[in-house]
Amino acid sequence: MKLEAKIPSGPLEKKWDRYRLEMKLVSPANKRKFEVIVVGTGLAGASAAASLAELGYRVRCFCFQDSPRRAHSIAAQGGINAAKNYQNDGDSVYRLFYDTIKGGDFRSREANVYRLAQVSSNIIDQCVAQGVPFAREYGGLLANRSFGGAQVSRTFYARGQTGQQLLLGAYQALCRQIALGQIEMHPRTEMLELVVVGGHAKGIVVRDLVSGQVTSHAGDAVVLATGGYSNVFFLSTNAKGCNVSANYRAYKKGAAFANPCYTQIHPTCIPVSGEHQSKLTLMSESLRNDGRVWVPKRPGDNRPVGQIPEDERDYYLERKYPSYGNLAPRDISSRAAKEVCDQGRGVGPGGRGVYLDFADAIRRSGENTIRERYGNLFEMYERITGENAYATPMRIYPAVHYAMGGLWVDYELMSSLPGLFVIGEANFSDHGANRLGASALMQGLGDGYFILPYTIGNYFAHCSQPRPAASHPEFRLAEAAVKERTHKFLSIRGRRTVSSIHRDLGHLLWEKCGMARNEASLKEALEKIPAIRQEFWENIIVPGESTEINQALEYAGRVADFLEFAELLCTDALMRRESCGGHFRTEFQTPDGEALRNDAEFAYVAAWEHQGEGRPPLLHKEPLVYEELKMMQRSYK
Amino acid sequence: MNLKLRIWRQKNADTPGHFVEHDAPNVTPDMSFLELLDTVNEELTLQGKEPIAFDSDCREGICGMCSLVINGIPHGHIKGTTVCQLHLRHFQDGQTITVEPWRARPFPVIKDLIVDRGAFDRIIQAGGYISVSTGQAIEGNALPIPKDTAELAMDAAACIGCGACVAVCKNASAALFVAAKVSHLALLPQGQRERERRVWHMVKAMDAAGFGSCSNTSACEAVCPKSISVEFIGRMNREYMKSLIKAQFKNT
Ligand SMILES: Cc1cc2nc3c(=O)[nH]c(=O)nc-3n(C[C@H](O)[C@H](O)[C@H](O)COP(=O)(O)OP(=O)(O)OC[C@H]3O[C@@H](n4cnc5c(N)ncnc54)[C@H](O)[C@@H]3O)c2cc1C
Ligand code: FES
Repeated sequence: MKLEAKIPSGPLEKKWDRYRLEMKLVSPANKRKFEVIVVGTGLAGASAAASLAELGYRVRCFCFQDSPRRAHSIAAQGGINAAKNYQNDGDSVYRLFYDTIKGGDFRSREANVYRLAQVSSNIIDQCVAQGVPFAREYGGLLANRSFGGAQVSRTFYARGQTGQQLLLGAYQALCRQIALGQIEMHPRTEMLELVVVGGHAKGIVVRDLVSGQVTSHAGDAVVLATGGYSNVFFLSTNAKGCNVSANYRAYKKGAAFANPCYTQIHPTCIPVSGEHQSKLTLMSESLRNDGRVWVPKRPGDNRPVGQIPEDERDYYLERKYPSYGNLAPRDISSRAAKEVCDQGRGVGPGGRGVYLDFADAIRRSGENTIRERYGNLFEMYERITGENAYATPMRIYPAVHYAMGGLWVDYELMSSLPGLFVIGEANFSDHGANRLGASALMQGLGDGYFILPYTIGNYFAHCSQPRPAASHPEFRLAEAAVKERTHKFLSIRGRRTVSSIHRDLGHLLWEKCGMARNEASLKEALEKIPAIRQEFWENIIVPGESTEINQALEYAGRVADFLEFAELLCTDALMRRESCGGHFRTEFQTPDGEALRNDAEFAYVAAWEHQGEGRPPLLHKEPLVYEELKMMQRSYK
Repeated sequence: MNLKLRIWRQKNADTPGHFVEHDAPNVTPDMSFLELLDTVNEELTLQGKEPIAFDSDCREGICGMCSLVINGIPHGHIKGTTVCQLHLRHFQDGQTITVEPWRARPFPVIKDLIVDRGAFDRIIQAGGYISVSTGQAIEGNALPIPKDTAELAMDAAACIGCGACVAVCKNASAALFVAAKVSHLALLPQGQRERERRVWHMVKAMDAAGFGSCSNTSACEAVCPKSISVEFIGRMNREYMKSLIKAQFKNT
C-alpha cells in the first residue's frame, strides 16, 4: 500500500482553486451513467447523496434507521462554525484554519483544513436557503455564539437543536431527489460487506433489517458516511446504533485506518447514574459560555452548594487558563475535570462530577435570558436528573464523544482503496488529534455539499474499472461470508448477552485507554481484549432467526467488529509515544500536566493496513508537512 | 422498585399480536423507560427467549425513533417528553404498566413494538422542502428574517417526526406533523415561491397514505414531545385553502 495524499502544490489559499481547475470533469450527459452508493444519511451522507443526485448521478442510499432523518447527526446541539466574520471580531478563513489546526494539536493536514475553512461560508448560505431556522438578531441577521477553543464568535445555531435543523435541511434535499427518482433510498438496511473488484470498491452487501434478506448492490463508487466509533467504549454520547462496522469491513478489505487512538472526551456530560446506564447524555458545550466550572477547594468537602462560600470554591479552569477560562478546548477541560476528581474534590454520587454553575450568569443577565439561550438543555438536564439547574448548579463529567480517527483519505476524500470515498466523522481528515466544538457539522456538510461532489467526478473521469454486475463472483463470495457470520452468531447459544460483553469491553477501554493512557495500561488492554473476544465467540446468546427483525443479531455483528477494532485502537495508542490532543499518554506531559507532543518523531498520520486474520496490522506513516504554520506547544493560558 | 409490564408482542406484520406479562424486579428510579426494557430483554435473552423488539437510537429525545404507548398515552404521561427520556421516578413501586406500539392504520406494526412510519417520509418527499440545489444559495445575510418569524418557524421545525400525534388521534390524522413542516417553510421568505404547491402536494400525499382527517381535539399537541402547537394546523388549513384557488400546478 502506498499512501499518497495528493495535496495540490502552490500556495495554501490557492490549492483548492487549483485542484478544481485541474480536475477532469464528467459531462452532464455522462453523469447519469454513473451509479454511486452512499452509505449513511447523516449530515455527510445526506448532503452528499442530494448534491450528487442534483448533479445528475444516480444514487443509492442506505441507512439502518427507519428514516434517513434519524441519523445520529440529528442529536448535535450546539452549533456549526463558519468564517463569516459577521461579528466584526477579527474572524477570517485564515483564523478558522489556524484555530482548527491548533485545536487539533498540529496533527491534521494543513491543506484539508484550509479548504474546510474556505467552504464554511458556503455551507451557511446553503443551509439558510434550504430554510434552516438559524437563530437571528432583532435586525433579522444571523446570530452567533462562541464555542470552545476560539476567541471569536463564529458559531451559528438553531436553539439547542442545530444538528437536527441542519440534518432536516439535508434530508429534505435528499427527499426532493428521491421524489425525482434520482435517489433510491433504502432505510432499515445495514451494510455488512464492502465488495472490491479489480482493486476498486465497486459495491456493498447489505441486510434488509426487516426481512433479513441479504442482497448485493453494485456501483461505480462507494461513499461511506457512516459516522464515528465512540460506542466502542460502550458508554458514550453517541446514539445506540452508532458503530464501526462499515468502516471496519472496509478496513479488512484494504482501506487503511488512520489514527484510531484519537478519540475525544467531551467535558460536559451528565454523570453516570448506575449500572443500567445505556448511554450518556451530552450537555452542549455552549453552556460553558455562561456556566462556570468549579469544585470545592478541599477534598472530601460534601457540603451542599449553598454552604460552600466563594473563597472555598476552585474555579479551576479560570484559574489555570485565564485567557480561555471556561472555554478551554475539550481535551484540556476534560482532563482538568478528571484531575480534580482524582484529587477527591469531585461532587455528586461517586465523586465523579464537577459543578457547572449558572448563578453568576443568571444574576448578570436574568433567568429569562438564560432560559432563552439554553432552555431546552436545562429541561433535558431536569428530565434526566430530576434537578433544576436554574436553582442549583448542574453536575457534569467527561464522556467519550467523538472519533477524530477514521478511514484514511487523501485530499480527494478517497481512501487507500480506489473508488471508496469516506466523508464526515467516518474519515480522519480534518480534526487532527482533537476536534473543536461546532466543527464536525461543518466538516460533514463541507465534505458532502462542496468537496465530494467535485472530487468523485475526477475519479470517474480517470477510472478504467467499469461497474460490475451485482452477480459478479465477488458479490457471491461476500454474501456467503455475511450469511456464514450470521449463522455463527445464531448458533453459539451460550450464556452471555452481547450487551454484557460490550460492557466489559467498554469498561476495559475506558479504564485503560480513556482520558489518560500509558504503556502499562495499554499493554494490559491488549492482553485482555482477545480474551473478551474469545468469550464473545464462544459464549454469546443471540435468540431468534435471521429471516426477520432481530435486533440482537444486528447488535452482535456490531460488537464483533468493535472487539477487533478495539485492539487496533489500543495498538495505535501504544505506538504513539507522545501526548497530543485527545490522546494523553501519562508518560508524556509537561511539568504542569499538559500534553507533550513529540514532533520530531510523531508528526505523522498513522495509517494501519490490515494484513489478514491473526497477523498484526502494518503501520504506514504519512508525514505531516507544515508549509504555512509552525508546530508549537498549544497554550490556552 | 418492582414493576409489572404488559407488553404487546407480535411476530410480524402478518401475525396477530397479544399482550405478554413480564416482571421487572429491582429496577431503579433513575432508569429511563427504555433502560427498563433493556433490563427485561437481558433477562429474556438469558432464558433463550426472544427479546422485545422496540425502536430507539439517540435516547435523548431528538431522533424520533422511540415510539411506545405507555398506559394508553404515546410517550407516557409526562408532558413534552419522549419515552426514551421518561424516567421510572414517575412511576410507582408495584405499578402495572401497559406498553403498546403506535396504533394507526398508516403505521403497520412490523414486530412487537416496532411500526413502519415510511408514510411520513413519503409526505416530505411530496413537497416538504425548498428547491435549492447545492451551490445556488445567495449570501446568508442577504435575506434578513425578523427574529420573531425565525423563532416561530423554529417552533414548527422542532418536530422530530416520531408520529405520537398520529398514534394518539382517534382518526389517525397526521395533521400536526404535516402542519409543522408546512408552517416552518411557509413562514420563511425562502419558502414563498413553492408555498401553494408544497401544501397542496403534501396534503394530497397525507390523504393517499391513509391518514384520517383532523377533528380538532388537540390531543396531538398534548402528547407531542416537542409540544408543537395546534395553531399550526390552522395555519396549514389556511395555506391549503389558498392553494386551492391557485390551481395551475395541480397536475405537475
Ligand atoms: C450528542 C452530540 C452532540 C453533538 N453536537 C455537535 C455540535 O454542536 N456541533 C458539531 O459540530 N458537532 C457535534 N457533534 C458531532 C456531530 O454531530 C457528528 O460528528 C456528526 O453529526 C457526524 O455526522 P456523520 O454524517 O458523519 O454521521 P452520522 O450522523 O452518525 O450518520 C451515520 C449514518 O450512517 C448510517 N450507518 C452507519 N453504519 C451503517 C451501516 N453499516 N449500514 C448502513 N448505514 C449505516 C446511519 O444509519 C446514519 O445514517 C455532536 C455529537 C453528539 C454525539
Ligand atoms: S430514541 Fe431518539 S427520540 Fe427517543
